[in-house]
Amino acid sequence: MIWQFDLVILVLVVICAIAAIHVRDLLSAAIILGAYSFLMCLLWTEMAAVDVAFTEAAVGAGVSTVFFVAAVFRTTRRTKD
Amino acid sequence: MKILCFIAVVITGILLVIAADDFPDWGDPQSPASTHLSPHYITEAVNETKVPNIVTAVLADYRGFDTMFETAVIFTAGIAVIFVLRSTARKRKAGAPEERASEVVRQDIIVQNVARIVFPFIQLFALYVVMHGHHSPGGGFQGGVMLGASFILLAISYNLGKIFSRMSERTSILQGNIGVLVYAGIGVFSLLVGANFLDYGGLAAILPASEDAMAHSHGMLGIEIGVALAVMAIMVAIYANLSSRGKYDKGL
Repeated sequence: MIWQFDLVILVLVVICAIAAIHVRDLLSAAIILGAYSFLMCLLWTEMAAVDVAFTEAAVGAGVSTVFFVAAVFRTTRRTKD
Repeated sequence: MKILCFIAVVITGILLVIAADDFPDWGDPQSPASTHLSPHYITEAVNETKVPNIVTAVLADYRGFDTMFETAVIFTAGIAVIFVLRSTARKRKAGAPEERASEVVRQDIIVQNVARIVFPFIQLFALYVVMHGHHSPGGGFQGGVMLGASFILLAISYNLGKIFSRMSERTSILQGNIGVLVYAGIGVFSLLVGANFLDYGGLAAILPASEDAMAHSHGMLGIEIGVALAVMAIMVAIYANLSSRGKYDKGL
């Protein structure tokens, strides 16, 4: 593990997590969650867990983002709270 | 109320951070997990299963029972989505929410043709991921998701009819059932030949395998194919239901 690399990724992960909660536009939130998943994928790769990283990239960043976008498209883009 | 929640979250977070200090260090060779099981997997997995990728060996063989129910969880999630969203005659009568007049989505010839050309290559790579999961990162889950994603790409660039005209809804769901059945069936099959449930070593008698270890490898390939089938069908089903409100008409 390279701690500088870790630090940068972890800071970005936290920023993405907070941004996904705070953003008002649900479509943006879905995309930010996709970015979060890719950062986690980088983190897994860096910890040499390549299988987990592969799953995270395929499921977390790929398909679940598509599901979120489809759900937002069929419901509403604005949060109520 | 919001402040109370915030205080609760902060206290829980601090407790977790304090507790995390007692965990063994990352990659500590003296930690309990690294002193009992891991050495056996690292030194013996290749001899016992002929699978160089230890992760696949652990996931599909040593912990095959776990993975079977992971597949069942995905299958159940898909079935739940279909039950909730799929529009039926009874639900329509009960007064489903009226469809908003959705804006006309322009079909783009460049997007459509690129999707059409890329489609077989995505599927080929997905099949490679499923088949090569023994030797490199990958396996049934990842390959299945990519197979499903290739169909979703086609559905996004054209519409839902593009995939359901080739593979009917019934066939698609049936594939999910078959996938789970293949996994559990291989387990029952090894019971029938006199071994334990999901103990692929017993399959050496009927598979073209010279020894028990090779039969483990073949058995794992079998269940990976089952997982890939189930995951692919469920991904397509979830997307189709979400994007068309269960009507299966046009999609996005």
